[in-house]
Amino acid sequence: MEKLKFERPVISRINAGIPDKFGMKTHIIPVTQIDGIPVKDILDRYGSPVYVISEKTVRSVYQEALHAFTTRYPKIQFAWSYKTNYLNAVCRIYHQEGSWAEVVSGFEYDKAIENGVPGNKIIFNGPDKSAEDLKKAIENGSLIHIDHSDELYDCIKIAKAEGKKAKVAIRVNMDTGIYPQWDRFGFNYENGEAWNAINKIMPEENLELTGLHTHIGTYIMTPSAYAVATSKLALLAVRIEKKYSHHIRYIDLGGGFASKNTLKGAYLPGTDTCPSFDDYAEAITNALNNSDIEYEHMPALFLETGRALIDDAGCILGTVLANKRLANGRRSLIIDIGVNLLFTSFWYEHNIAPAQFHQDDYEDTTIYGPLCMNIDVIRAAIMFPSLNKGDHVVISRTGAYNMTQWLQFITYRPRVVLINMKGEAEMIREQETNQTMNMLDVVPGHLKNKDE
Amino acid sequence: MRLKQNIVITETGFVFDSDTGDSYSTNPVGMELLEKLRAQMEMEEITAYMTGKYDVEPLQFQRYFDDFVIMLRHFNLMEEPE
Repeated sequence: MEKLKFERPVISRINAGIPDKFGMKTHIIPVTQIDGIPVKDILDRYGSPVYVISEKTVRSVYQEALHAFTTRYPKIQFAWSYKTNYLNAVCRIYHQEGSWAEVVSGFEYDKAIENGVPGNKIIFNGPDKSAEDLKKAIENGSLIHIDHSDELYDCIKIAKAEGKKAKVAIRVNMDTGIYPQWDRFGFNYENGEAWNAINKIMPEENLELTGLHTHIGTYIMTPSAYAVATSKLALLAVRIEKKYSHHIRYIDLGGGFASKNTLKGAYLPGTDTCPSFDDYAEAITNALNNSDIEYEHMPALFLETGRALIDDAGCILGTVLANKRLANGRRSLIIDIGVNLLFTSFWYEHNIAPAQFHQDDYEDTTIYGPLCMNIDVIRAAIMFPSLNKGDHVVISRTGAYNMTQWLQFITYRPRVVLINMKGEAEMIREQETNQTMNMLDVVPGHLKNKDE
Repeated sequence: MRLKQNIVITETGFVFDSDTGDSYSTNPVGMELLEKLRAQMEMEEITAYMTGKYDVEPLQFQRYFDDFVIMLRHFNLMEEPE
């Protein structure tokens, strides 16, 4: 006689009167494939865990953002935020799409050059630019966004010594009506520091003030904050026109657009609350179009959007290591993706889905990573079905910051795979090995073994 | 290993503990296991019965069974050994 299909036995307490906040049953749809390739096939071929990036999504989200702005304002230039994801393949997709490079360190600057970005299409932000970095940027005609007055004086000194005219912008921080107000980047608008910096730059023969920049914050849920920032920068541009008869070539609104991830503590999911590119574009371009800048001298609008462009395109695939019951009976799941690989799990409630069809027995579950650390919690509480050891999971919207902020801790960082436009998987970053890690270590002679 | 005598199990998988007033829901396999535990069957017997009836490996079944019993103990549905 044929045996019956087995279903895992479950028992759960009935808590009358406490439905979930939406009064609906939890149901997680399994993610069995990425851009047409079965998750299992990717894991079998590249190991577990593995990061996957969809080229199709990278390009389509970029086009969506570009469309939102170019249909509202004629001069738009995106600059890919290298710190968000500086895998060379990823950067090159954005450059192919027409994006410039926005870098914040000498390391990123060199990466952009190696990725084929012309020097005059690199925006150099960040508070740490060495004399060597500045010299290189001046020689290449890059756009140097000055962060503080020490850097301003460095620029004056180096440009003079090189006999070049450095293209500079100032970074401006300001009150845009949001909390917290980021005041650590650049010169303050309200207390007059920004204007003081402009007054120092304008008479300098070796500096050309090409733009005005601001980076008001990150994961900004309020498009109107960008409208305030745009208006304030436009007002500065008008004052510069009036006092120096100098026309600013661009206004750069930095980054900070929210992705659809859900922040920890948020009541509603990010997919419901995150503004669209159209919302941001409407706020920014309206403020610019309605400013007092002369029509024939309207500046280009630069955007350094990172998170909102790449987050949806990335996911990490992993494997269940174990199931456990905690002391209070709560179900917990251990997966091979830890906080070392998923840095964003410190601030997001990431979407996690099984990669195979599962039994419909949802239970409040804590999902841990594999690290021998108490803080290694991927989701503290999620209604999740029971999975078996060896089953696979997919954590989506992980394209931003994880592949730059990941930590090498107790094991190797995994491979990264790109699913190209033809739907084929290609490895774009190899897994670290013991050799990768040891090549940087130096053992002093008296600690060496005899046979070394 | 025995289920408390006062536990009521209905045909629809509704489980009621008359000592505490708490109620639970279980699936058909869970109901079957509760009945076996009520009948004081030993783990080996239960495993043999279930793996004979259902398409499940003994080790896999034992894993699920262990987890099920942990939850029964957590909910105070099992007789404590004297």
